[in-house]
Amino acid sequence: MSAPLTRIAAAEDGVPAARPGSGRTGRWLRRAGRHRVALTLAFLLILPWIAPYQALAVTILVLGLYALGFNLLFGYTGLLSFGHAAFLGGGAYGCGIAIVRYGLHPVLALVAGTLLATLIAAAMGVLAIRTRGIYFAMTTLALSMCVYYGFYQAESFTGGENGLRGINVPSLTLPGLRLSLLDPIVKYYAVLAVVGLAVWLFSRLLSSPFGAALEAIRENESRAQACGYDVRRMKLVAFVLSGALCGLAGALQAIHLSIVPIETMHYSTSGQAVMMALLGGMGTFFGPFVGAATFALLQDGLATLTSHWQLFVGAIFIAFVLFLPLGIWGEVLARLRRAGW
Amino acid sequence: MTTGIDRRGLLRGSAAASALALAAPALLRSAAAQGAPIRIGFPVPLTGAFGAEANDQVRAAQLAIKEFNEAGGFQGRNAELIVRDDKLNPGEAAGRTLELIEKDKVNFLVGGLSAAVTLSINNVARERGVIYNSISQSDAINEAKDFGRTTFHEALNPHMTAGAVGRYVFPKSGKRVAFLSADYAYGHEMMRGFKRAGEASGIEVVADIRHPIGASDYSAFLPRIAALKPDVLCLCNFGRDQVVSIQQATEFGLKRTTKLVAPILLFTARKAGGDAFDGVIGGTSYYWRLEDSVPSAKAFNDRFRAAYGGAVPSDYGALGYAGVRSVLEGVKAAGSVETDKVVAAMETLKADFYKGPQSFRKCDHQLVQSVLIVESKSKGLKTPDDVFTILGTEGPDERFLRSCDELGHKA
Amino acid sequence: MSGITIGGFPLDLIGLQLVTGIALGAIYVLVGIGLSLIFGLMNVVNFAHGAFFMVGAYVGVFLYGYTGSFWVSLVAAPLAMGLLGLAVERVLVRPLYGRGIDDPLLLTFGLSYVMVESVRIAFGLTGLPFGAPPELRGAVDIGIGYFPLYRLFLIAFSLAVVGALWLFIERTPFGLVIRAGARDPQIVQVLGIEIAKVWLAVFALGCALAGLAGILAAPLQGVTPEMGIPVLAEAFVVTVVGGMGSLAGAVLAGLIVGIVVAMTSLVAPDMTKMAIFALMALVLLVRPRGLLGRAGALG
Repeated sequence: MSAPLTRIAAAEDGVPAARPGSGRTGRWLRRAGRHRVALTLAFLLILPWIAPYQALAVTILVLGLYALGFNLLFGYTGLLSFGHAAFLGGGAYGCGIAIVRYGLHPVLALVAGTLLATLIAAAMGVLAIRTRGIYFAMTTLALSMCVYYGFYQAESFTGGENGLRGINVPSLTLPGLRLSLLDPIVKYYAVLAVVGLAVWLFSRLLSSPFGAALEAIRENESRAQACGYDVRRMKLVAFVLSGALCGLAGALQAIHLSIVPIETMHYSTSGQAVMMALLGGMGTFFGPFVGAATFALLQDGLATLTSHWQLFVGAIFIAFVLFLPLGIWGEVLARLRRAGW
Repeated sequence: MTTGIDRRGLLRGSAAASALALAAPALLRSAAAQGAPIRIGFPVPLTGAFGAEANDQVRAAQLAIKEFNEAGGFQGRNAELIVRDDKLNPGEAAGRTLELIEKDKVNFLVGGLSAAVTLSINNVARERGVIYNSISQSDAINEAKDFGRTTFHEALNPHMTAGAVGRYVFPKSGKRVAFLSADYAYGHEMMRGFKRAGEASGIEVVADIRHPIGASDYSAFLPRIAALKPDVLCLCNFGRDQVVSIQQATEFGLKRTTKLVAPILLFTARKAGGDAFDGVIGGTSYYWRLEDSVPSAKAFNDRFRAAYGGAVPSDYGALGYAGVRSVLEGVKAAGSVETDKVVAAMETLKADFYKGPQSFRKCDHQLVQSVLIVESKSKGLKTPDDVFTILGTEGPDERFLRSCDELGHKA
Repeated sequence: MSGITIGGFPLDLIGLQLVTGIALGAIYVLVGIGLSLIFGLMNVVNFAHGAFFMVGAYVGVFLYGYTGSFWVSLVAAPLAMGLLGLAVERVLVRPLYGRGIDDPLLLTFGLSYVMVESVRIAFGLTGLPFGAPPELRGAVDIGIGYFPLYRLFLIAFSLAVVGALWLFIERTPFGLVIRAGARDPQIVQVLGIEIAKVWLAVFALGCALAGLAGILAAPLQGVTPEMGIPVLAEAFVVTVVGGMGSLAGAVLAGLIVGIVVAMTSLVAPDMTKMAIFALMALVLLVRPRGLLGRAGALG
């Protein structure tokens, strides 16, 4: 049981210095790292024009934010959770219920969803943080399934198995602005405004002393402890912040799809977060969006071509693990770094 | 492509077509002027537990399209089916419906299998004012909360199906009734249908047990039911749950004392369940042996057999055919593809496509149609597909639907 | 005896429910042990375990169609899955040693997709019907009521398998190597034993047990391509509750989970699925390493 739970992240674009190996990072990568938010947003700005259709671009945005939140815990803190579906679902249900039952303004509903997810994350975190390694993963899985069944049974609020319907937000009225969300491209950029804000906040968080402390915990927990960090408390804060980001993603998804399926909370959705983080490259800033785009495009494209899409998705995952273990973005960075960029 | 229509070929074709649409929107617009096809989006769960039903739905729907086109289409415009895999996941279904509406610019939507998925497609479609004809069972879709003016429901609903089965079974098999129901809206809806029907025959509910949906084992629920020795056990579950619970109820010897009843007996589930289904009574919207008494069923089966190498359509498959036909006949009757006109035409459509007379009720757009009562058998089969005996037919009659008032529709 | 009730339920019924739970638990034990062995020794979380269970069931049912003998299937299914396990370990899992826990996890997850879809292509989307063999059909009176004969067989057979496995691990030289390998792979290596061969054998053994559980479960529900999915979740619960890597823990936890499911079915039937996960959460919070879990032990 002594095998390390996470492998050492080989790529750390944009993470401030004081990381082993970052000395080798060349001028261009360091420069890109300083502008990581702007570069990420530049990609997201053009995404709807290169995606097969705009609704899929919105899905990629939402999944990207979900993977980003997950990556805060997995990639940057080194904690593998199988319970993040509870936060995505908590955000989605919180936002959806606020709109359907209480008629809240969509922006307030986003806040409500994020808050609900944060509360769920805090409750789960307090309990789960006591365990370590694979047991931490399993505890989060078990707790998230308890949350799942709780929401499943609360049919009058959540719609149960049928899901929550009627989260219809045809237009968004802001001071001096009225946007028709039925226009897919308007919806995309409205969602991007929120995601962009979250990406910026996330970047600030990583650059803060707190971000550095998280990575110290990931690299060597006992050394971090010896350095005077309150490790357990920091892990808990990371867990809750990660849950809040995923909750925001869920709230956006509720508005995007106008429904919340109960499957959102199922542990298979937690598995999706792990997939996307690994496909993109864990512990990298831009990786989650690459992972989300790859994941969504694969599922979508293959399902349109063949009803045996699962065969190909499975084979591609296997190939990735065997030949591209750093993930797509991680591999790109590693190659650029080797080339002296 | 000589016999029948290859679905995957079609998927590939529509993928290529959509690639073309993306590459050359101008080209597509000019084509529309000279009679572009009438596009029908068809999200169904090609993968997942109901893949067999979904594939049959696609085949039957293709048949309806083929007939329409061979009859000259509408004002020189052919119909085209755009199939999407919703993976039996409501979120995926919502995304696919957005794709069909926003990118493929479909004129109409037909499809869905499972209540959650059909409600999800419906919510996206009604918000955008696109006609959606659901071919999945659900009571909720009739209710004012989920109903939209463009919502139509071609399938039976649990209230009609369970009601018809209850009205047939309870007077014959006895009054002490036990329920084993999947614990979700659909299971509750079926149970409610049975109980309402049972009120008339004065049944006594001796057990009302709810199991989690998708349970892989039912043995833990069965000793208790067996101990009660009820006259009738109503299994208010669906698909795989039904197969396993019937198999295990048989294993626990319940058939010695009790009549097993399911609101909906699926053709494919019966084939996957084998002889464990023997003697189980249930309802269905369609069974191919209806051809013995209904001419339109005979005609439909023959066309289906001719197109697909002698295969007979399943219950849900037939709904794929009827769902597409209702919309296309609506277009013909309306003389237009405009939503409002087609809605009005469908509301007054009186047809006999494949199972006898059918028409949509105005308030909730529920299709008023007959329910077949069938019993499963495994001996003396004429063909391997000859798995049910038709015991009776109920309806079509609005009496057997919940009233518009109860559903929350204003008069 | 039949007059006594507990919580409104007659004692006979509670007894029957208990036996039902043990029969359920027998399947959980078999899948749980395989998963636990593989994790305990190799630190590999095998997400394809449910798929091995399912393919094992298909192999058994398919062969039954040819031979008409359930006993042939009972031998062939684990054998076939053991061989498949050998190939998978050698070709796919071995390159990942030393890479940490998430790589094998993702790989076996992908593998499960491939296996499920391959079965769909080979055998169709709607499963195959399968019932208990004629000699094990029917129900017998066990004093408190009638109980299906096949489920009694299931309990006895699983007991025999677990017993044999225990003897194998505790009393044979190879078992000694396995136990040592679980404690400290490096020491085993130093002693001149190729640990890679031990891992290969253990992975195959775990897969064979999954296949055996699959064919044993087939008469209860027939076979479908999706039948392994719920089983995987249940096997994880068993493994975690018992303590990952603990053989005795898997047996104990499998039985506990089976009984908890059966008893919840009696008292609050709609809560049975939630009960499994609630149990897992509770155990993990009280004993973070599971009931009998120790670092690197096969105790």
